[in-house]
Amino acid sequence: MTDSLQNGKKDNILLEVNGLKKYFPIQKGLLRKVVGYVKAVDDVSLYVREGETLGLVGESGCGKTTASRSIIRLYEPTAGQVLFKSRVLSPDGRPRMVNLLELNREQMTKVREEIAMIFQDPINSLNPRMTVADIIAEPMVIHGKYQKGRSEEIIISLLERVGLRADHLRRYPHEFSGGQRQRIGIARALALNPRLVLCDEPVSALDVSIQAQTLNLLQDLQKDFNLSYLFVAHDLSVVQHISDRIAVMYVGKVVEMASSEELYANPLHPYTEALLSAVPKPDPLYKSERIIMQGDVADPSNPPSGCYFHPRCRYVIDRCKTEAPAFREVKPDHWVACHRAEELQLKGI
Amino acid sequence: MENPSQPAATATADQPTDARPADAQQTLIEVRDLKVEFNIRGGVVKAVDGLTFDIKRGQTVGIIGESGCGKSVTARAILRMVPKPGKITGGEILYYRYSRYPRKDGKSQDIEVIDMTKLDPDGELVRQIRGGEIAMIFQEPMSSLTPVYTAGTHLNEAITLHRLIPLKRLGDQMVEKIVEYRRVTKEEAREIAIQMLRRVGIPKPEQRVDSYPHQLSGGQRQRVMIAIALSTEPYMLIADEPTTALDVSIEAQILDIMRELQQTANMAIMFITHNLGVIASMADEIVVMYMGKQVERAKVVDLFYNPKHPYTQALLQSVPKLGPKTGARLASIEGMVPDPLHLPSGCVFHPRCPAFMPGKCDKLIPQWNKVGENHWARCLLYEE
Amino acid sequence: MAVATAPSALPLGKKKEVGQSYWDLVWYRFKKNKLGVIGAVLLVALYVSFVAIPEFIAPYQLENRSNFVEAPPTAIRLVDANGQFQAPFIYGLDRKVDTVKRLRTWQVNTDRKYPVRLFVQGDEYRLLGLVSTNIHLFGIEADQKEQRIFIMGADALGRDYFTRIMYGGRLSLMIGLIGQFLTLALGATLGVISGYYGGAVDMFVQRFTEFLAAFPNIPLFMALSAAIPAFWSPIAVYFMLTIILAFLGWGGLARQVRGLILSLREREYALAAKSFGAKDRRIMFRHLLPGTMSHVIVIATLSIPGMILAETALSWLGLGLRPPLTSWGTLLQDAATVRAIRFVPWLLWVVPPILLTILTYNLLGDGLRDALDPYSSR
Repeated sequence: MTDSLQNGKKDNILLEVNGLKKYFPIQKGLLRKVVGYVKAVDDVSLYVREGETLGLVGESGCGKTTASRSIIRLYEPTAGQVLFKSRVLSPDGRPRMVNLLELNREQMTKVREEIAMIFQDPINSLNPRMTVADIIAEPMVIHGKYQKGRSEEIIISLLERVGLRADHLRRYPHEFSGGQRQRIGIARALALNPRLVLCDEPVSALDVSIQAQTLNLLQDLQKDFNLSYLFVAHDLSVVQHISDRIAVMYVGKVVEMASSEELYANPLHPYTEALLSAVPKPDPLYKSERIIMQGDVADPSNPPSGCYFHPRCRYVIDRCKTEAPAFREVKPDHWVACHRAEELQLKGI
Repeated sequence: MENPSQPAATATADQPTDARPADAQQTLIEVRDLKVEFNIRGGVVKAVDGLTFDIKRGQTVGIIGESGCGKSVTARAILRMVPKPGKITGGEILYYRYSRYPRKDGKSQDIEVIDMTKLDPDGELVRQIRGGEIAMIFQEPMSSLTPVYTAGTHLNEAITLHRLIPLKRLGDQMVEKIVEYRRVTKEEAREIAIQMLRRVGIPKPEQRVDSYPHQLSGGQRQRVMIAIALSTEPYMLIADEPTTALDVSIEAQILDIMRELQQTANMAIMFITHNLGVIASMADEIVVMYMGKQVERAKVVDLFYNPKHPYTQALLQSVPKLGPKTGARLASIEGMVPDPLHLPSGCVFHPRCPAFMPGKCDKLIPQWNKVGENHWARCLLYEE
Repeated sequence: MAVATAPSALPLGKKKEVGQSYWDLVWYRFKKNKLGVIGAVLLVALYVSFVAIPEFIAPYQLENRSNFVEAPPTAIRLVDANGQFQAPFIYGLDRKVDTVKRLRTWQVNTDRKYPVRLFVQGDEYRLLGLVSTNIHLFGIEADQKEQRIFIMGADALGRDYFTRIMYGGRLSLMIGLIGQFLTLALGATLGVISGYYGGAVDMFVQRFTEFLAAFPNIPLFMALSAAIPAFWSPIAVYFMLTIILAFLGWGGLARQVRGLILSLREREYALAAKSFGAKDRRIMFRHLLPGTMSHVIVIATLSIPGMILAETALSWLGLGLRPPLTSWGTLLQDAATVRAIRFVPWLLWVVPPILLTILTYNLLGDGLRDALDPYSSR
């Protein structure tokens, strides 16, 4: 599976994840014996091209946040390969693919310059004891790039770019509203001029009107700074709005990946189909056939045999119960992990 | 029902239809010019300021708005559960109360009009209504269940507190039914609890009734909450963001269950949410709130297809929609939600309003204008 | 939920150039707590008078002996024997020997009158260790051999007991402060490390604190104090005792800090710092530890009295400070005989300052506890 992605289009790829796994051990007893594993991320493969947004959707507990954090080794992955086209690690300054999981501590710290993160919770992701100026300056300080005066100018221009004012500099996070705090978080993420930004549910804690502002801001920044986003969220409408391509996760695995138009029009995985149908549409006259998935999401410490989705799938056949489907490219740039992808006629929106 | 000979089973089957009036369009709750204020350090926050709407039997009224707009406070005000330091400072909440069980002397039921704002919030009557006749479910299913009690214990508590069982007497064939009621026993309560769990779609309810909250998934917990709320057969259910913490697939299940139960029990629902998609599929009528003020009220189709208030219009446009990609930016509402202690003058929405009329919107306070059939908006665009 | 956010919304309307930091909010709330402020003011007063300038407040020097052995507290009078109203004064004391009871007693001699004055000259001392002076807050202008003022009586060596309490407070109050500071440094550091790294480090630190907590305190004290060599100078003994107290006290604090770190570690700002490449040390001491400070300060404030009491108790048992060092504990030791209580009950005057100190610390601690949680809506 690891090299299955190698066959696909590989032009302009900034980040490529192959067979990423993150198992958390379950320990029991006095001696902390490992009695099992929570397979939070179980074989995730995806890629992000330069300047594009890849949306990563899934229900809570499907491992999307763990996957994004494992990519920059906030959690140490159990297995897999994370290739990133790095500029700072290349001797001649020309971007070069490196496997993040093989880097030593120093190299990893360096590479973090190029990969920034935006977090979900605008309250918890900012240190309440630091001023806005300190918060945004922190990445620069960590990387030894903070210079008095010059860096302050950069910070002010960043603040203004995300829609805050220079006189907010000496204030503390609790003095801001949720949307403003998220803007501070975005400014911090841009402080080192990254190339890839991992957005972990950046708008799900925000109100509808603030959410729209923030999404617009993220799109503008992407154009201005030529950023690539890995946009993790559970809200399919939001993901579809902002993403060029979407990867759908279910119980630790990516089950489908395609361009966002393709995904909603022609879903190839039954889970995608059900998920699309379940999204409430802001239209009282829209009559959809909701596909109600039976039962609950599988337990990642004890997943079902075969295809993890088979106990809830409407199209299940015997093969699904025993054999795990491979993640394969069914159409150009449309990847899916389903045995029946070719024969099923699934409904999109 | 697997065992119809059980007294509890019979009771649940015929009782709701017995005691309820046939006309579904009767008003159940009428809120008139409700005002709730919070007296905090630094001033008074008008959490709800002049709210007027009514809820009919069997109808779903949606209340939408962003956080801090006062929608949850409204729900709590109806049940007299406004947290301190909040206080109801004006208006009335009329509850058209049908006596829950037919009277002993066999006379027809009376409608008693109760102004909830006049009641003692800890009094006996409020406690009877709260939970028994108007039930509430909350956003967070984890913290709404006590972790040391099983699902069954939670259900039993509600059932034994609020539910009575008719004792059929021998002289039944007289002109009127003469019925007496008694409280349910422990075994009957358990039986009802299992039935309720089955009705909300929990698999293997006989086993699940003895599970503790942490043994249930988020969706199951919210279903247990709904089962608790509905086990007393309320006339109205107040659902405060019941699916916000849940995934879309679970949300779809829960909404289906709520719709289905509403139809069978002719129950009114007050549905509070910020999710426009959810409300579009649930509500008959919608009230839009902004900073404690009711800005628009309309039937659901009118609201989504012909919104009148600029805030509603902007809100509808700012939601990303699933479907063919237009590539367009979202129409966002500029600026921030104002500080509740320092509300803007005139219309509270004017600093963010795309249809701002200088000299008018920042000076005049808009009135509650009728802009169509069953359609009101609080906006100066619709005033002469 | 809207209900929770609406009333607790912080006043964002205040337009200020510089933001309100966490500590500004703490200060704002603390000021509103009357008892807490009273505690703080009293505590400052206590420390100033007992630690900084006891030489000035006390009328004599610590070891200034006299013939007035076990003289009772001197009454300061405003009305003389003739019923005349006057400026404050005291009468002289004459020694009498009761031949029947075979006791030495002191009798008031109304013929000798000594006015009580403020800022009188007396024994030489260095104020704050810097300025050499001989001015005392109050006293009488008389030859020290002829008459002295003992507002709390005198001890068996004729030393002014009030003076001794003033000087004794310095050691007792400082041991609490220094000891708690050491406890804090030790407990917070180990707590942070234990909570942040978890695993084997955590296991080791936790088991060690449990071991310390399970060990019976008094025998441990005895063993440790017995280990202090007898030839050490009293000051060395004093610091050794402080270190012993801190060593035994850090466990509880380390556990509390560890617990807080465990919850703070999951906060996204710690993760955010890590995602930007921050080193462990930076995350621990710049991001996590400040978050526990409010809690730690409250615990520390509330446990200083425990330290003071521990010193007192140990010295009283004869395990702590030894004469010639004077602390409240050693003073209490003098008062701990039946004879003392029967014949020189004024030696118990050392108790009120101890009580007052503990009370003010508790008032301050409670006030801080309420104030240090300014994000709560109350």
